[in-house]
Formats: sequence, C-alpha cells, structure tokens
Amino acid sequence: MNTIWALAGIVIKELYRRKDFYVLFVLTAVITIAAGSVRFFHDPNIVRYVKDLCLLLIWVSALLITIATAARQIPAERENRTIFPLLAKPVTRGQVILGKFFGCWLASGVALVVFYVFFAVTTGSREQYWPVADYLQAFLLQWIMLGVVTAMTLLGSIIFAAPSSTVTILFIVVAGILFLGRHLNTIAMHNPEPLRSVIYTIYFIIPHLELFDVRERLVNDWGLVNWLDCGLAALYAAAYAGLFLLLTWLAFRRKSLN
Amino acid sequence: MDAILRTENLCVEYRTRGLKSGTRPALKGLNLSVHAGEVVGFLGPNGAGKTTTINVLLGFIPPTNGAAYLFGIDVRQPIARQRIGYLPEMTYYYKFLTAEELLRFYARIFGLPHSEADRRIDVLLKLVELEPARKRLIKTYSKGMQQRVGIAQALINNPDLLILDEPTSGLDPLGRMKVREIIQRLKNEGKTVFFSSHELGEVETVCDRVAIINEGELKALGRVDDLVAQHRANLEQVFLNIIGYQPQPAL
Repeated sequence: MNTIWALAGIVIKELYRRKDFYVLFVLTAVITIAAGSVRFFHDPNIVRYVKDLCLLLIWVSALLITIATAARQIPAERENRTIFPLLAKPVTRGQVILGKFFGCWLASGVALVVFYVFFAVTTGSREQYWPVADYLQAFLLQWIMLGVVTAMTLLGSIIFAAPSSTVTILFIVVAGILFLGRHLNTIAMHNPEPLRSVIYTIYFIIPHLELFDVRERLVNDWGLVNWLDCGLAALYAAAYAGLFLLLTWLAFRRKSLN
Repeated sequence: MDAILRTENLCVEYRTRGLKSGTRPALKGLNLSVHAGEVVGFLGPNGAGKTTTINVLLGFIPPTNGAAYLFGIDVRQPIARQRIGYLPEMTYYYKFLTAEELLRFYARIFGLPHSEADRRIDVLLKLVELEPARKRLIKTYSKGMQQRVGIAQALINNPDLLILDEPTSGLDPLGRMKVREIIQRLKNEGKTVFFSSHELGEVETVCDRVAIINEGELKALGRVDDLVAQHRANLEQVFLNIIGYQPQPAL
C-alpha cells in the first residue's frame, strides 16, 4: 500500500505545480462566488436557476479536471520515460495503475470540496440557510461518480494514442451517459429489432453516472436521498471502477513501454 | 560463488513493423553471470543488445526464451529488484520535484522508515554534491546535476547490485570523472556494478571484467588484463577485433 500512496502523492504534487489546473480551478471558484452571491430581482425562480448554473459549472469543471488529469498520467510516464526508473524498483504495473487512480481521485475530491465550500458559503450567506447534510451528500455522490470516471479515463489512456484523444472521447462518452443514459430504455422501445436489443444492451452495460446527480434535489431543496441508497450507489460505482481498473491492468500488463 | 546476476540462454525477439511483419532477434542465447563485488563493463556497438539485456534484467520486457535472475530470483518477479539500483542512460525523473522530494518518493517505494530515509537522503546528496541544490526543482538542474540525482536515486536503497546504462553518456569531462569516482567508491565498498558503456578508457579504469556483445551474442567475457594480453593490443583494438570491424580501404 505504501507504494500506491507514494504514487498517489506524486500525482497530487504534479497537479498543484501545474499552472493549467489553477486556471480552471480559479475560474470555476470565481464564477461560483460571483453567480452564487448575486440577487436577481429577489425572484426565487431566477435564484434557483443561477444555483443550477453554478452546480452545472461545478460538474463540468470537476469532470474536466478529473478526465484531463487521469488521461495524461500513464502516457506522460511513458513519454517522459519516468516509468523506467519507477518500474526498476520493486513496483508492479498494477501498483502504478492503482497509485495513479487514487492520486487522480483524491485530487478531484480536493477540487470538489473547494467548489462545494465556495458554493455553500456564497448561497448560504445570501439565503441564511445552511443545508450542510445536503451539500455533503451531493459532494460524496459526485466524488464517487468521479471515481468511475477516473477509472474509465485510465483505461482510455491505455487504449487511445494521445491524451488529447482520450480527453475528447471520454468527455463525450461521460456527457452522453449523463444526458442520455436514463433515456436509453425509452429510446430502445421506440426502435425496431435488432436496434432495440443493441440499445437495451448498451443501457444495461454502461455505468449509469446520472444516478449520482442530485443537483435538482439541491436546487429545489427536496431533502436528502436515503443514505442506504447512497451506500448501494457507492457499491455500484465500486464495481464499475474495479472492472475498469482490471481492464486497464490487463491492457497495460503486456504493453510495450517504448 | 553464486552469481548475483545471471542470464541463461536469454533470447529476445522484437516484432518488426512495416510492409512485411516478422520478428528480429535482439538477443540470441545470452549466457552471462556477474559475481558479488565485481565491476563488470558491458560493451558493444549500437544495436548490439546491451539495452535490451538491461531491459530484460529490469523486467521492462519479457524474454522470448531463456531466463534471467537477480540474486537467484526470476527477474519477472518485482521482488528481484528490491536490492538493485538502476541508473538510466538519460535523466528520466519527475522534473516537477526537487531532488530531496524525488529521493523521498523512491525511499517510500522501498519502504524505508522515515528516519532512515532522511539519513540516506543527506548522505547521498552530499555524495553527489547536490546538498546546496536539494530544494530546487530538478527541471532547473544542468544535465550533469540531473545525472547525479540519478546516481543518488539509484543508491537510495543501499543496493547490493547497481545496473548503470551508459552512466557517463553526454557528460562533460568533469561530470564523467565524478561518475567514475562514484563507481570506484562503490567498488571499494564491495558493491557489484554492471554497466554498459562506449567509453573504453573508463571501462579499462574501473572494471574487473568486461563482456562484449555484438548482434545479440556474447563474443567475449573476461578480465580486461587477460583480453588485452591475449590479443596483444589495447582495449579499443580488442573491442574492434572482437566485433569484427574491418577498416575501409583508403579512397
């Protein structure tokens, strides 16, 4: 485990020493503060709409940070050839993958905490209302979802040639799942065979990331989701993350390092 | 005496890409052994199979046939690399870290306790004369300094066997001399060193034995003095004879 945490630490250290991370991070924080604190004609509908926009921005930024960070980890190790002195130590390729996974996931968690704190403080100070448990639940569910995205991106980074391709493809796939995932079964019903079976298969295979999206509940103040359901969702995410990490290891195990 | 580095009939074939796909042999039944306390130079022209041999020893590529062992353990097992240090030809390190952070990272990978890691880092940074620059990012270092960070990282676990891939490649004469001094010091401490090099003078100075490889086959293995006496020539001539170099006729 020591090796995995040491590798995770390197991922985090690299991230906070890179300038591009700060640009997105600061931009999101500033927009969240600005939008979250503005009062538009004291109209509750507009306030809810702005809150929704802030949360959407948090979702998009967190996804971008996670995908962009995870996509470059293993390709950068190979391109800069830092993988050679690393694997010359008693380190397995499986440990490299797990170290990268935990590093990226923790980094995305740190970014997410900051975004949610900004959001909670700005909206809370305006409305004098502090639904801390709701924010905590929204954060946890989103962070768990980012674990699946991190694992998917690591797999993509082994399969696709360049990190830029991985980022583009993964962002489209994740956005597609978030927007269309829940509607695929309905779409399937309106299609003839064999397309119906194909769409149904996709519906049952893909990780339903939209299950972790509680933005609407947060904006409309509908209260907490049952914590048991959250626990089951966490198990569902762990199964998918584990599967993607296993596939990443299988693909990376015999891959040439040059 | 048991060999701490041993290859048995080691064969590696690379897949060739292009119009006609096939395989190209890089190592053809290499048998090599290095004993404790020896400094062995690994010589050969470019493309002879030196780096491939080192890549197999470090587990980067699997052998097509045969086997390689470090301390009697098959190199495919990560534990075989617990007691070795490796210095790559170029400086492949995390440039966003300081020398101290890099060494601490590798110390953690070897599972060194914190106090022991601190002590080793101090000793090594003094040894490679990087103590004043320990808090600077590696990307700000000169090539010589980066190579010395490499030597420090290779020694972080106090290894019994050091594998160095062209350790003086691209260094200025002063840098080369410092690397040679470090190898000499390690030899005096009883460490085993296996290194590939093109610098025959350097090999002659520090090595107990040399192995000469060409086209994936071991052509000679023996003490430098013996090879020189046997061929009645200096090491450069010996090397050229062994690899079958024919001088071009004058134009």
